[in-house]
Amino acid sequence: MRHIISVLLENEPGALSRVVGLFSQRNYNIDSLTVAPTEDQSLSRLTVTTSGDGARIEQITKHLNKLVDVVKLVDLTEGAHIERELMLIKAKASGAQRAEIARTVDIFRGQIVDLTATVLTIQITGAGDKLDAFIAALGESVVLEVARTGVSGIARGDKTLAL
Amino acid sequence: MEQLSGGEALIRALHDEGVELLFGYPGGAVLHIYDALFQQDKVEHILVRHEQAATHAADGYARATGKPGVVLVTSGPGATNAITGIATAYMDSIPMVVISGQVESRMIGSDAFQETDMVGVSRPIVKHSFMVQSAADIPAVVKKAFHIASTGRPGPVVIDVPKDATDPKLKIDYEYPQDIKLRSYQVPSKGHSGQIKKAVEVLLGAKRPMIYTGGGVIQGEGCEELTQLTRTLGYPITNTLMGLGAYPSTDKQFLGMLGMHGTYEANMAMHHCDVLLAVGARFDDRVTNSDTSQFCPDATILHVDIDPAAISKTVTADVPIVGPVQSVLREMLDQLDKSDQSVDDQALNAWWKQIDQWREKKCLAVAPAEGGIIKPQQAIQALYELTEGDAFISSDVGQHQMFAAQHYGFDKPRRWINSGGLGTMGFGFPAAMGVQLAFPDALSVCVTGEGSFMMNQQEFATCMQYGLPIKIVCLNNEALGMVKQWQDMQYGGRHSHSTYSESLPDFIKLAEAYGHVGVRIERADELHSKMKEALAMKDKLVFIDVLVDPTEHVYPMAIKGGAMKDMVLSKTERT
Repeated sequence: MRHIISVLLENEPGALSRVVGLFSQRNYNIDSLTVAPTEDQSLSRLTVTTSGDGARIEQITKHLNKLVDVVKLVDLTEGAHIERELMLIKAKASGAQRAEIARTVDIFRGQIVDLTATVLTIQITGAGDKLDAFIAALGESVVLEVARTGVSGIARGDKTLAL
Repeated sequence: MEQLSGGEALIRALHDEGVELLFGYPGGAVLHIYDALFQQDKVEHILVRHEQAATHAADGYARATGKPGVVLVTSGPGATNAITGIATAYMDSIPMVVISGQVESRMIGSDAFQETDMVGVSRPIVKHSFMVQSAADIPAVVKKAFHIASTGRPGPVVIDVPKDATDPKLKIDYEYPQDIKLRSYQVPSKGHSGQIKKAVEVLLGAKRPMIYTGGGVIQGEGCEELTQLTRTLGYPITNTLMGLGAYPSTDKQFLGMLGMHGTYEANMAMHHCDVLLAVGARFDDRVTNSDTSQFCPDATILHVDIDPAAISKTVTADVPIVGPVQSVLREMLDQLDKSDQSVDDQALNAWWKQIDQWREKKCLAVAPAEGGIIKPQQAIQALYELTEGDAFISSDVGQHQMFAAQHYGFDKPRRWINSGGLGTMGFGFPAAMGVQLAFPDALSVCVTGEGSFMMNQQEFATCMQYGLPIKIVCLNNEALGMVKQWQDMQYGGRHSHSTYSESLPDFIKLAEAYGHVGVRIERADELHSKMKEALAMKDKLVFIDVLVDPTEHVYPMAIKGGAMKDMVLSKTERT
């Protein structure tokens, strides 16, 4: 099963490599990874999506917690949560195709953020499956380049991941 | 406030931390630190002959004393040579602080002379690591490093120190922090009382109980509590290879070591128990045998460990208790006292009767060989008798290690010093140096094989320099015995690259070349007398070269893929 684990990490050199190293060292897989400083400059927030059965996820969270640079973590998939990913995508578009793509962008609530005579650059956010669906809707022959940020997430309601 | 350079601050911080001794080897990146060492007399430095030996010696010191071992090496090859010893300490949760030199900050990343990314190279095998940014960081970094290395589940910590941070011309205001707070590092101070209560109830309800304990009981200073608990309950107990000495081996409740080369009775009792209390042990594959689905099929498992990640890692615990072993065992004793439940004596008697039947097998008995050939087990038994079971035994890795674990009875903790997790050949001799330096008047013995010994034999020179009167008992079978045993048992006797008898050195002459004493023992009838003479040379390092039966195998031996009850008992008998 897919899990989204969010980690508050000391914003120190080498901290990220400890997390990434742990995953490769213990043969855990990383489907996506995002990391950036938080409002507290001494902390980074890292979100990793991984998969495995309950026992495996338990080991992953325990081992993450053992890392001295890890301050706190939460498995967002344990509760209601919001999951978002941002994608920038370049699509081949000329003539009648342009209007068709623009309509698709509207349906998916994306935005066209740049254009040339032959190429549209589109920004779209949402959960991973929405982005997958958008790529499928455009069709392989149209897609020139895809840049996805990987999943970021936050719990719904009053729950917070903070010190 | 006192003005010190980074190099001086580093050595002073070690002293302020209570370090008396460190093991190291100088080189370009640490010359400022070595100059600071030279100008003080509070911290003693032991010059080894290879950085790997520095880490093993510090490790042996740590295992024997419980205090963190300290290592100082230079950048590049100095640092990478230390890696095997760091990994050894990591696998066995040994507190250690390794200070490695690094090229100057401005040179980092430029492939400078003797540059290695030590923080990166060591990352998977350390509990934590630090890269010093400037001299001013040094006191706090040292404090944090020792705190992390020695608390919780202990482990090695690396401090990488760029040369410019130790520049003698740059002075800092030196003050050693009294204590340190790390918001992201907390160690549990006690176990969950509800869980402990539940565990005590399950324990008292047992019909066929078994206690299985590991190195964590020794690291966590819980041996007294463990002994008291075991005796109060009257239950059988086994120790892992790492846990030997936590419970007195000569006690009647002790079933011997368990696992791959454990006793028949310990492994049978494990397999058939209905309640298993595991303390400071990690259900390693050398204990459980490879297929954990067949492990202790009838048992309710109670697992006490300070590391939450050790619980339910390979075997699921029914009652997990995260906490320091000593405090959890104490609380168990308290709750046992208060409980109105009592041990099921009738069931326990029947269980002991069954265990005594298994003991009848006498799985460790050795028939003397013909023609005066020495059985390796006899050499360990002789050592045990002559030292009255009271020596520090550091061991290398292989058959001799298993023979020592099986046949030298450890009644006290911290007397059995061996590389259990990583299985590092070459560990024993330098570890014995660390033990001898920690306890100058004690008998520090290294039980080794000629294969392992040759991996760090250069330390003969260190022993001469510091006058370390170690006794080396080499069970010389002119082969890599454990490799050969597996080749005998699983590869049709094809001894692929496990023998070298025609090219072995004369170990007596080798010892003598360094100014030590060598004694060769070739026949069973001279084993006792010659070993006695050798051990009596109190002020000398003596290399005792015992020529043993090269055909001997270590038994019992777990049958791969089976349960703990599945063992090979001799060349002709299986369970």
